[in-house]
Amino acid sequence: MERITPLLWLLFSAGGTVAALLFPIHFFLTGLAFPLGWLEAPSYEFLHRLLTHLVTRLYLFILISLPLFHWAHRFRYTLYDGLQLKHLTVLIAVLCYGAALVGTAMTAYLLWDIS
Amino acid sequence: MSAEPHYTLYHPRWYRRRVSVWWWLQKRSYTGFVLRELTSVFVAFFAVVYLWQLRALTQGPEAYEQFLARLTTPLFLALDTVAFLFVLFHAITWFNLTPKAMVVRWRGKRVPDWLILGLNYAAWLVLSAAVAFVLLRE
Repeated sequence: MERITPLLWLLFSAGGTVAALLFPIHFFLTGLAFPLGWLEAPSYEFLHRLLTHLVTRLYLFILISLPLFHWAHRFRYTLYDGLQLKHLTVLIAVLCYGAALVGTAMTAYLLWDIS
Repeated sequence: MSAEPHYTLYHPRWYRRRVSVWWWLQKRSYTGFVLRELTSVFVAFFAVVYLWQLRALTQGPEAYEQFLARLTTPLFLALDTVAFLFVLFHAITWFNLTPKAMVVRWRGKRVPDWLILGLNYAAWLVLSAAVAFVLLRE
């Protein structure tokens, strides 16, 4: 665990930066502006065509995966400090990073699988 | 093997006051800290929403329509509003921390905080405009 801590911290900070720079606009559009009808949601054909580009897939991989690791790292410490669960260190770490890994694997698989 | 340390007789056990689980409600700055830490939950939430959208897009037009319809339900609108505010809070606290976390030097001098902050916010603006441009181009 100690040996990969720098790597985990790097993923945390990279994911935090990606989430800070890109999540507000994506969230505003997908979560609020499109559902509330302020702006028109892009059509299936348009998004599917975007996904055929390699750049889009790489972008989505970074957009989804890195913030998941950001969550894993930060939430781990939130549980330790907030709920005082220091005695469950290993279990919490496995669950958090494990969930981020599963999400990353699913993203990679879906992006790989697009026809 | 027990996780408890082995105390010998007469070993001093340090006196520690129990801290309430709600310690962070006692002071404004503590509350701010915990709220900031909690932003990660909403960051993860949105990553999952995007993963869900990606899955819908790989499944076909009906799945995508279903995804769009699901997001218009009151539950998701309420959740998305709260989550959006938390993500915004994450972005602002993250940018404001950057000059403290990363000290950049240029020709032997420390780059002033306001410049790093300004660059962060400028990058935020440019990237947001680019994303909106691509998604609304149709």
